[in-house]
Amino acid sequence: MKFEHYGLGIAKGMALTFEHLFRKPITVQYPEEKLHTSKRIRGNELVWFPDKCTGCGTCTKACPQGNILLVTHRSEPNRFIVDKFECDTGRCIFCGLCVESCPYNALAMGLKYECAKYRRGDFILNKEKLTASENHRPSAYFRPQFDADLPAQSLLLYDREEGGQKLKFLPLSTRKRGPGA
Amino acid sequence: MSVKTEPFYLNIGPQHPSTHGVLRLRVTLDGEVIVDVEPVIGYLHRGIEKLAEGRTYAQNIPFTDRLDYLAAMTNNVAYCMAVEKLAGIKVPERGEYLRVIFSELMRIASHLMAVGFFLNDIGAMMTPVLYMWREREKILDMFEMACGQRMMYNYMRIGGMSQDVPEEFLPAVKKFIAEMPRYIDEYDQLLAQNEILLARSKGVGILPRETAVSIGASGPVLRASGVKWDLRKMDPYSIYDRFDFEVPTGQTGDCYDRYWVRMQEMRQSVRIVEQALKQLPGKGSVCADVPQFFRAPKGEAYVCIEAPKGNLGFYVVSDGSIAPYRLHIYPPTLINITAMKDMAVGWKIADLIIIFGSIDVVLGEIDR
Ligand code: SF4
Ligand code: SF4
Repeated sequence: MKFEHYGLGIAKGMALTFEHLFRKPITVQYPEEKLHTSKRIRGNELVWFPDKCTGCGTCTKACPQGNILLVTHRSEPNRFIVDKFECDTGRCIFCGLCVESCPYNALAMGLKYECAKYRRGDFILNKEKLTASENHRPSAYFRPQFDADLPAQSLLLYDREEGGQKLKFLPLSTRKRGPGA
Repeated sequence: MSVKTEPFYLNIGPQHPSTHGVLRLRVTLDGEVIVDVEPVIGYLHRGIEKLAEGRTYAQNIPFTDRLDYLAAMTNNVAYCMAVEKLAGIKVPERGEYLRVIFSELMRIASHLMAVGFFLNDIGAMMTPVLYMWREREKILDMFEMACGQRMMYNYMRIGGMSQDVPEEFLPAVKKFIAEMPRYIDEYDQLLAQNEILLARSKGVGILPRETAVSIGASGPVLRASGVKWDLRKMDPYSIYDRFDFEVPTGQTGDCYDRYWVRMQEMRQSVRIVEQALKQLPGKGSVCADVPQFFRAPKGEAYVCIEAPKGNLGFYVVSDGSIAPYRLHIYPPTLINITAMKDMAVGWKIADLIIIFGSIDVVLGEIDR
C-alpha cells in the first residue's frame, strides 16, 4: 500500500488529541463524587408502602423471575393482611414489571445502586427492609408523584454549556470503610 | 522418509480480550497463515427461547434485552412487533415515532461501540474507543432518563412503549442530534486518513458480494460487500417509509468498507432522528390498550427488522394461552459469523482479530 503524504493522517489525529489536552476533564472521582442518576432509575431494592398494599398479588404474578413472595391471610371479608412480603434482590433483574403492574401504587423501584452484600442471604429483603423510609426512598419509575422530590439528572450532554445545566455532584460521602461498614 | 510440515491448531478464546464475549475460534494454521477457522459457540447459552415458553408475553420483554445487549432497544422493538403482528395490535402514532427515535439512537450507540472496538482490535488501544464512548454515554444518559436503565432498557411494551418520555428528553435529543455530525467529523479527522488503519484494514478480509448473499449475511457486513439491502428501505416496517435517508454501501467488502459503512450509517441515523423529531405528534398516547396478561390468538407471526447488526427476526407461535408456545430468534450476528471462514482463510493470524472485529459480534445474541 502506498501513501502520498506519509504521516499526514497520523498528524491529523495527533492534532485532535492535542486539542483535547486543554479541555476540562469530564470524569468524576467516583466514590467521593457522584453524579445524580435519572429520576426514573430502576435502582436496587424495591420500596414498599405497607399502608397502601392490599395484598392483591398482582406484582408477584407480573414478575418474570418469580421473585416476590407474598403470604396473606383474610381478616374481614374483602381485606387481606400481608404476613410476608419478601423479595430476593440477588435474583431480581430490575425490570420494573412489578412496579408497573401494582394497581395501588404500593410498590416502587429504589434509588440505590451500591448494594453489594457479603452473603447471599442478605439479599433477601423482608417486609421491614422493603418498607419505605428516609433511607429507603422510591424512584419516580412509573410513580410520577415522586418526581418533584428528586434532583435533576446530571447529563454529560450539557457539560460544556455556559449557563446550562452543569454536571451535578452529590457532596463528599461520609461513609465508613472496611468490612461490615 | 521425507521431511514434511503439519498444520498447527490454535484455540483463540473462549476467554480472550478480542473475542468480544465468550467465543472460541478453532484456527488451523500453516505457520502464520490461516487455513481454516471454525467458530465454537454456546458458552453464553441461557436458553432464552425455552425460558420464553414459560413466561407471559410481557414478561419476555426483559429477556430480549439480554440478546444483543449493545442494542437492547431494537430487540425490544422486534419482539414487540412480532407479538403485535400476531395479535393485530396497532401502535399509536406517537409510540411509532418514539420507537424510531429510540431505534436510531440505539443504532448510533451500537455502531460507535462496533467501530471503537474494531479500532481497538487493530491496535489503537482505547483512544478511539474513549472518543466514541463519550457520545455513546450521552445516548445512554438519555435512555436512562426515559426508562431508568442504561443497558437493560425493557422500555417497549406490546402495543407501544411503557411510558411517555420525560419533558427533558426531547430537548436533549435535539441538542445531541445537532452536535453529533460534528463529532462524526471528529472521528473522521482522527481515523479516516490514518495510515495504520488503512494499511491494516484496506483489502483485508474481503467478503465477495456473491458469498455474502449466499450465506445470508445482513447489516453492515452485507452492505459493505456492495449489496444495497436494508429492510428499512426494502420492506419498510413501522413508519420507515416516511423518512428520507440513504443506504450506504461499500465497494470491495473488506474490513475498511465495513468500518466505513458504519460511519456513514450513523450520519443517516442522525438524519432519520432529525426528521422523526420534526414529525413527532406533540401529545397523545404512546401505548395501545393491552391487558397485562393478554392472550394472543392462535397462530404464528414472523417479524424481521433492521437491527444495528443486521436483520433481526422474531418468530412467535401462539396456542392461545398467555405465554408463547414457541419463540424463535433469528440473530443477525450468528449468520454473519459464518462468513468468518470465507473472509479469513489466507490471511495471517494478526488479521484474524481484525476481521473478526469488523463483523461486530455480540455473543449474547449468538448463543441466546
Ligand atoms: S423488578 Fe422485575 S425481577 Fe425484580 S421483583 Fe420486580 S418484577 Fe421481579
Ligand atoms: S401489586 Fe401492589 S398492592 Fe398488590 S400485593 Fe403487590 S405491592 Fe401489594
